[in-house]
Amino acid sequence: MSELQYKPQDFKSDQYVRWCPGCGDHAFLNYLHKAMSELGIAPHETAVISGIGCSSRLPYYMNTYGFHTIHGRAAAIATGLKVANPKLTVWQISGDGDGLAIGGNHFIHAIRRNIDLNMILLNNEIYGLTKGQYSPTSPRGFVSKSSPYGTVEDPFRPAELTFGARGRFFARTIDVDGPTTVSVLTAAARHKGASVVEVLQNCVIFNNGVHSVLSTKEGRAEYAIQLKQGEPMLFGLNNEKGLIQHGFGLKVVKLGENGITEKDILIHDAHTADNTLHLKLALMQGPDFPVALGVIRDVEAPSYDESVEAQISEVQKNKKTRTLNELLMGGETWELK
Amino acid sequence: MAEALSIIDLENVVVRFSGDSGDGMQLAGNIFSNVSAVLGNDISTFPDYPAEIRAPQGTISGVSGYQVHIGTKKVYTSGDKCDVLVAMNPAALKTNIKFTTPQSIIIIDTDSFTKKDLEKALFVTDDPFAELHICNTVIDAPITSMCKESLKDSGLDNKSIIRCKNMFALGLVCWLFNRPLEHAMHMLQKKFSKKPTIAEANIKVLTDGYNYGHNIHASVPTYRVESSETQKKGFYMDVDGNKATAYGLIAAAERAGLKLFLGSYPITPATDILHELSKHKALGVKTVQAEDEIAGISTAIGASFAGCLAATTTSGPGLCLKSEAINLAVIAELPLVIVDVMRGGPSTGLPTKSEQTDLLQALYGRNGESPLVVIAATSPTNCFESAFYASKIAVEHMTPVILLTDGYIANGSAAWRIPDLTSYPEITPNYVPEGTENWKPYNRDPKTKVRYWAVPGRKGFEHRIGGLEKDFLTSAISTNPANHQKMTETRKAKIDYIATCIPELKVEGNEDASLLVVGWGGTYGHLHSAVKECNQENKPTALAHFNFINPLPKNTLEVLSKYKKIVVCEQNMGQFAGYLRMNFPGLEITQFNKVEGQPLAVNELKKHFIKLMEE
Repeated sequence: MSELQYKPQDFKSDQYVRWCPGCGDHAFLNYLHKAMSELGIAPHETAVISGIGCSSRLPYYMNTYGFHTIHGRAAAIATGLKVANPKLTVWQISGDGDGLAIGGNHFIHAIRRNIDLNMILLNNEIYGLTKGQYSPTSPRGFVSKSSPYGTVEDPFRPAELTFGARGRFFARTIDVDGPTTVSVLTAAARHKGASVVEVLQNCVIFNNGVHSVLSTKEGRAEYAIQLKQGEPMLFGLNNEKGLIQHGFGLKVVKLGENGITEKDILIHDAHTADNTLHLKLALMQGPDFPVALGVIRDVEAPSYDESVEAQISEVQKNKKTRTLNELLMGGETWELK
Repeated sequence: MAEALSIIDLENVVVRFSGDSGDGMQLAGNIFSNVSAVLGNDISTFPDYPAEIRAPQGTISGVSGYQVHIGTKKVYTSGDKCDVLVAMNPAALKTNIKFTTPQSIIIIDTDSFTKKDLEKALFVTDDPFAELHICNTVIDAPITSMCKESLKDSGLDNKSIIRCKNMFALGLVCWLFNRPLEHAMHMLQKKFSKKPTIAEANIKVLTDGYNYGHNIHASVPTYRVESSETQKKGFYMDVDGNKATAYGLIAAAERAGLKLFLGSYPITPATDILHELSKHKALGVKTVQAEDEIAGISTAIGASFAGCLAATTTSGPGLCLKSEAINLAVIAELPLVIVDVMRGGPSTGLPTKSEQTDLLQALYGRNGESPLVVIAATSPTNCFESAFYASKIAVEHMTPVILLTDGYIANGSAAWRIPDLTSYPEITPNYVPEGTENWKPYNRDPKTKVRYWAVPGRKGFEHRIGGLEKDFLTSAISTNPANHQKMTETRKAKIDYIATCIPELKVEGNEDASLLVVGWGGTYGHLHSAVKECNQENKPTALAHFNFINPLPKNTLEVLSKYKKIVVCEQNMGQFAGYLRMNFPGLEITQFNKVEGQPLAVNELKKHFIKLMEE
């Protein structure tokens, strides 16, 4: 790799970071700074837009253009920003409440329109800033201050929602996994169109250990699978397990058992337009299946912001009107002499 | 019958076309007003249509109307009562009879007055005229059958033929008012340019309608409304308030050297602004039809942050949804134009009818101390000026501006002299000056209190803004009590300062009168006409009409305190009156309020003013 033009600290603001000690946001922030320096896009050409919630304080800790907006609206505000100036690299930072509850409508429509945004969903399955209520990603039966007897509702699965909105990019990482986080963030930024990155994140105060199974290297090796483009879907401490297609679904197999060899294992292809297998991978969960990490889906399609520009150029080719006066005088007028 | 050809000269004429919402009354009315405008008359129109696109045919709820006021001098309203009423069916006659006087001529389509039609319109006898006590001159025209006869060889199917009957009525009205048909034909050719057979059929029926009027020698005089002498020379076009608003935004973007961005969600009666701006890609206008009202304003805020002239358009219910986002623009101090085309409320209310009931919502409908600029447009053509100045203030003072128009002026049209944009002031965004060092996002001009604008993409000015209170000096998040007080006062001072940048309040009519009529926004035409008529009848009356609501013109108190009696006239229950009382506690203010969803009536206003004078 050639020498980096920017260093992580070029993206760091001078503000004191106020998240709770041990919050997953700290690690994520550092990885974001690192990913931005790897991308080599200047701080002044980068904008970070957030809504409301713990994670939405993030723009204040960036030395880029930033806007800490209102609850749920980050995706819509980021949409306006990106359509107005497609040259900017725009990041949208939301938590599970901001992005999937109050901002659910903007989340799905930004994905459907395929706005070229890097949509980061920091998912700790809890409302932190309002001090511990269940969120739309909390599991059924979850006990919280607002559900003392457990919730009686099923959660959203962010990947399912993304694919339901015709999402072309979906990746998953966990706050403690630096290399995966940096690599999915750079992949998301390089993807043209709406890229959703789900970050499994710990809330040390209200939902501590929510993703603890995956928080160690060993845990991830055993209970997660790192998906890599063009590589067989192997996991386990010694890469001894793999995924195969089985009927309409997936199946976990052990290499060497029942005559299974590496040749039988599925090869990851994030670029396949059909999302059936991507969805299956994204929805895998323990104890029977590993949780998929890495870029699960990455399919190119025209972005909205680019199509808006293209349409303007196309119309301008055929119409010479450039000013209001030309427009009005070219319409239905009459002269009073 | 020779007297039938007599011609009477008139100064003003009001024609009301009414029929089923599928009868094409809006088109007939629109063509008639255009034809008149091209002849040099001044025009003012009022489309009065139901919320349903196609209510059951022939029923009262499905009646659609279009009123045109044409005059030799400037006309300010679409008229209280009509001189000619076209009623295409009994339901139209029933709903519109209240807009006639005993002298009005009524044109009906006799083919649509069968027993069944009368029943649909809930008449209980077979004589609708006796039932409604109508003694007017009625032109009985078998419009449907004449239209069928006219097009029997056209090869068109029956449905298409019947759809041309509005043109027969239009032809008849054109004959009545001595309007040559050329321009109407031209408009039809243009409208149906892709369907030449339909254009031809419409033109044939139009001509036959005109000739029918001539041939039957209907025992009514025809009228002539001479061309207006008061209009200035120049190029004119027909414009409604929504179009004028769209053009005003485009003009402002041009004068400011900014890209125009509109984020909007369809809502009656504001949607036509979105339609209009969506057409102008050639001018580089970007429009996003958002997923909801909140996204409409949110995309606009994003575009404003990006450095565009950004706007969002809506009506009352949408303004409710946008209030939190408006406050973000208030505290982030970003330029934004919010157009609220007011309609009847509360809730969904009267979507297609007009009111001025969103004033207090615009002024105060947000949490916290949230001052912003409120401007109200006074007429269809004034929507252009108002949108232009709303944009200018937003961009130069880094503030959201709410522009209030209403359904009446948004859909009403008038002849508009195409303006010379170079005669409009420049718009200068308050960018961070080149070479500024140690800049912070909430640094501001000490006099105007306007913060400086650094647009993303500009190197060295990376910064963060947001909805949390910021420190006056460092622009970092601050919960310091004294700082919050200072920032609150500063945001207010910034808006108050704008009073020095707007025109002073002027008084029209008889300045020395003891009665001052006060109004704001879209009621201007009616108040102007009522005050003018009072003065003509030797009843001295003055009028002060407000364009700028917040801040108020700085001479407001000085003007108002000169008058012994003040009457504030509004299409609400007294919102502006209350606002004036709050600002100027000593003033004695009386009120005239109507919330019928219909324009104020000049005659009613006049009567009220005269009564006040006599008290």
